[in-house]
Amino acid sequence: MLQALADGILSGSIIALGAIGLTLTMGILRFANFAHAELVTWGAYMALAVLGLTGAFLGPIAPFSFGIPLIFATLVAAVLTSLLALAIDWLVYRPLRQHTNHLTIVFGSFGVSLLVRMVILLIFGGAAQYYSRTLQIAVPVLPGMRILPDQLFTLGITAIIVVGLHFFLQKTRLGLAMRALAENPELARVNGLDTRVVVRWTWVIGASLATVAGVLYGLTVQLRPEIGFHLILPLFAAVILGGVGNVFGAVIGGLIVGLAESFAVLIVPAGYKMAVPFIILLAVLYLRPTGIFAGSVGGAK
Amino acid sequence: MNTPLLEVEKVVAGYRPDLPIVHGISLNVGEAEMVTIIGPNGAGKSTLIKAIAGVVPISSGRVALGGRDITRLPTHTMAAASIAYVPQTANVFTTLTINENLLVGASSLPKAEAQRRIELGYENFPALKDYRHKKARVLSGGQRQMLAVARALLTEPRLIMLDEPSAGLSPLMVSEVFQRLKALVETGVAILMVEQNAKAALAISHRTYVFAEGRNRIDGPSKSIAEDPEVASIYLGAGGRKR
Repeated sequence: MLQALADGILSGSIIALGAIGLTLTMGILRFANFAHAELVTWGAYMALAVLGLTGAFLGPIAPFSFGIPLIFATLVAAVLTSLLALAIDWLVYRPLRQHTNHLTIVFGSFGVSLLVRMVILLIFGGAAQYYSRTLQIAVPVLPGMRILPDQLFTLGITAIIVVGLHFFLQKTRLGLAMRALAENPELARVNGLDTRVVVRWTWVIGASLATVAGVLYGLTVQLRPEIGFHLILPLFAAVILGGVGNVFGAVIGGLIVGLAESFAVLIVPAGYKMAVPFIILLAVLYLRPTGIFAGSVGGAK
Repeated sequence: MNTPLLEVEKVVAGYRPDLPIVHGISLNVGEAEMVTIIGPNGAGKSTLIKAIAGVVPISSGRVALGGRDITRLPTHTMAAASIAYVPQTANVFTTLTINENLLVGASSLPKAEAQRRIELGYENFPALKDYRHKKARVLSGGQRQMLAVARALLTEPRLIMLDEPSAGLSPLMVSEVFQRLKALVETGVAILMVEQNAKAALAISHRTYVFAEGRNRIDGPSKSIAEDPEVASIYLGAGGRKR
């Protein structure tokens, strides 16, 4: 029971990181980007590639299974993932934005997600990979609840990012511009905001958070080309649950989805775990389509 | 005669190039002049000022401000080109606080200057100061209009364009908003506004243009437009008859 709580919070915080990026891009760019989850996979594999090139020249920092090289690799991967997101926007979404039918761009994102997944499969192969083979001993936190040091690290990073992003959206000019753009793009432009610049930063932030989510997933589970595919439903469930555009809502939504998945395994066979976010999604759309905290970019009000 | 501040020459504009709404309208606005556009629904009044503001694409014609060609400038550079535009509906960011609304309006300015002008704005619109940390959605229609005008003034524009500033306001609020606009013109700002409330708008503006079906119909000093029987027939006949 307690272990399910710990596992749920852990996978929930990874879902939350991906969902923050998705909710921001959905709130600001106004379309459901099905390729967002593939940015998580891409980020995770880019970190693996950088790690492979630089090598683990510095040993892990006890008690974690990783050291400075992985942190460095994550930063480089965030840049590479941002570049991919910007390239996709330029090559695929920008021409599609001219179309009056909103669904065109959504279907475009389906195509992009397939393409990215297959490219990863082609380059890295389908077998599971790991950042580190170091064995870790789980630390008992409470009686009946054991957590790996890497998992504690994951929770800490998520908390720092959520607080930092909240500060960024509330206190900086770019954050304010993002919130203004999410509410009314035309009024934002009339007020002198170059919305193209704000859109580019939105991609960079979304892609960077996706990278961190991907690395943390790879660290606590394993790297597979299907990471993104398995995350699509949980991410959308978290975003819809929290209200599109609502960063704080995405975090709570992510935790709820993560916890629901891990507790469901106690009741139903593990094979049905993947259906849990789907049920949550349907329930939210039926009962409260605007999400628990309906809102625009910037968090709960 | 000096060149007017705003010159609009034979502008054709519409959301889609194959479906123009404005069919070659010309007008001008002088320095510190208050000009009203009236006309029946579908006359292209709002579309014209959106086209000048860069929100609706212009397919032919020319727009110049102070002699500088501003036709097809990107919307976000209009504020720097000294034009401010206040839309009719959704003219404030309701999810942002009053202060944040003003910060968005001042985002092209250096931080210290932005802060100075925002404080100045609060002095001119003291009612806004009490709400500065409240979300703009709590404001009434009149207060929103004041906030939108205060925000438009932050970049110190030479011309402010307003789309139906009196829409949805109580008669008392309408006269307050119009008195504000009149006071603004006295400080040297030019105003171009679209109005359905023709009577009140004609009473305070210097000149008036009457549009119908995307074309110029009549223009002249507001006083003579108010007395022109032709104007009433344009409204009643929905612009069907030729002059």
